[in-house]
Order: sequence, then structure tokens, then C-alpha cells
Amino acid sequence: MVGEQEINAPVRVGDRLPEMFLPAIDRALLCRFAGASGDPNPIHVDIDFARRAGMPDVFAHGMLGMAWLGRLLTAWRPQASLRSFSVRFMAITHLGNQPILRGQVVELLEVDGRPLARVAVEMLNQYGQLKIQGEALVALD
Amino acid sequence: MIDRSHVGVQLPVVHWPVEKGRLLAFARAIGEIRPEYTDEAAAMGSGHPSLLAPPTLYFGAELDAGTIQAMMETLGVPIERVLHGEQSFTYERPVHAGDVLTLRSSIADISEKKGGRMEFVTKVTKVTNQRGEAVGEMRSVIVVMNG
Repeated sequence: MVGEQEINAPVRVGDRLPEMFLPAIDRALLCRFAGASGDPNPIHVDIDFARRAGMPDVFAHGMLGMAWLGRLLTAWRPQASLRSFSVRFMAITHLGNQPILRGQVVELLEVDGRPLARVAVEMLNQYGQLKIQGEALVALD
Repeated sequence: MIDRSHVGVQLPVVHWPVEKGRLLAFARAIGEIRPEYTDEAAAMGSGHPSLLAPPTLYFGAELDAGTIQAMMETLGVPIERVLHGEQSFTYERPVHAGDVLTLRSSIADISEKKGGRMEFVTKVTKVTNQRGEAVGEMRSVIVVMNG
């Protein structure tokens, strides 16, 4: 829970969002996310299919990482403040990877009279390898 | 090579009811435990008409409907050669359980890199709700590995 005082503290360029550390990705999680997200691509849940496609094993859905970055952002400011959210999937996230989610305010701007923060976000694994890079515009009013 | 004449093609319109059970399953899968996403009474107590949908939930609407899979077939791209390259959302309004979303997508661009060994299909989707209000827009870049 974010306290009232924290919400009202002025946001500055360089501010970091509270980091999130997630447990190792396993097959059961990928099955749950496949069902819940609607993604029918067998490459995330069926090792036989993944091997035929030239992959050593199944791997995480890109949208699972984006959903986690969405948690990072909405834990910092209420979801209604989120104006835009975009990511690039930089590398495949493998089984056993332990995601680390980070965000930092990189710019303060005003659009149509509304104060906004541009927040850079990223997901890395426990070895510091970059998996997802993105940014969001978050309203501060 | 994907036929570039597919640029501008509209995909079938999808109507997607936002189901409470689906929201709960999605929240559970991504480890989201806050009450506005998981406890309807608490969500209503904090001013939401029902459970709040996390910001990336409705990407699944066109997967449910088979629209993306059908698009790949139309483009002649086997699913095992496809990777999700980029994804973006712009937001106008929140989405809650009980809403019915309408998604209107088109193929906005097809391009290539590395002499055609990689191709990029960009799909743009406008999302409205049952009141005809703009909910937001999605943009997806799908990478096709040819080589």
C-alpha cells in the first residue's frame, strides 16, 4: 500500500519506482498464464512443439512480463493515471529466470495542461540480462 | 515474403465480454493481489463499478476470438516462426468486469530487415466499450523469422 504522504510527495526526474523481485518462472506458471491470457501458442507450454520450432524448451510469454511491468506501474500510481504503456521484447525469458522489475522517472512534461511523468521501465533476469524495455506516461494530477 | 497488399486490411471486429472469472484468473496468474483487482466488494467500495481490469488484459480478446491466428494464416506465416516484438497501449478509460469491449484492428504496416530474413507486421487496434466510449488503442509488432 502506498501511503497518502508518498502519493503527494513531488515527483522528480531520477526517482525510482519500488523494485519488484519475482520468483523463478516455472512451467505451471506458463500454463496458468496461457489460460488466463488467452494465448494459445503451444511454444509456451508444449516442449515437443518448442523443440520442433528449434527452441531448447518452452519460454515465457512476452505479455506475462508486460503484465508484471503493469503491476510495477500501477503499484506506484493508480491505474487511472496510466496514459500510455509501451514495451519492446528484447530477449527470450527462459524457465528458471527470476524477473527483476525496475522503473525510473526520466522526464516531467505537460500535455494539454496535465502534468505527466515519463517512466522508463525494464525487466531483467537474475543475471542482469535485459528482457523487456519500455516506457509509460503517468498523469500526476 | 509476406504480400505487402495486406497493409490496410481490416480484421474481423471482435466483441469481448470482460468476465469476472477471467479477471480473477489473470490477476492470479500475474501475482496481482490488490483488492481492486481481486475483491469485487472492495473494488466497489473504492469507487469502481466492479473488478478493475489490469492494463494489459484485453490483449487477450483477439486471441480468444482467433483473430490473430487467422491473420497469421492469411499472411501465410506459421505460428512457430512468430515472436512478439513490441506492444503498446494508450488509455482513455478504465475497463471493469461486466464491460463488453469492441476491438477493431487493421494491419497498419509490413516491413523487413536483414534482406527479408526478418519481417515485421504491425497491427493497430481501437478499443471501445458497450457505451461506445473510447477505451484505448493497442499497437502490436509481430516479428516473423524467415531465415
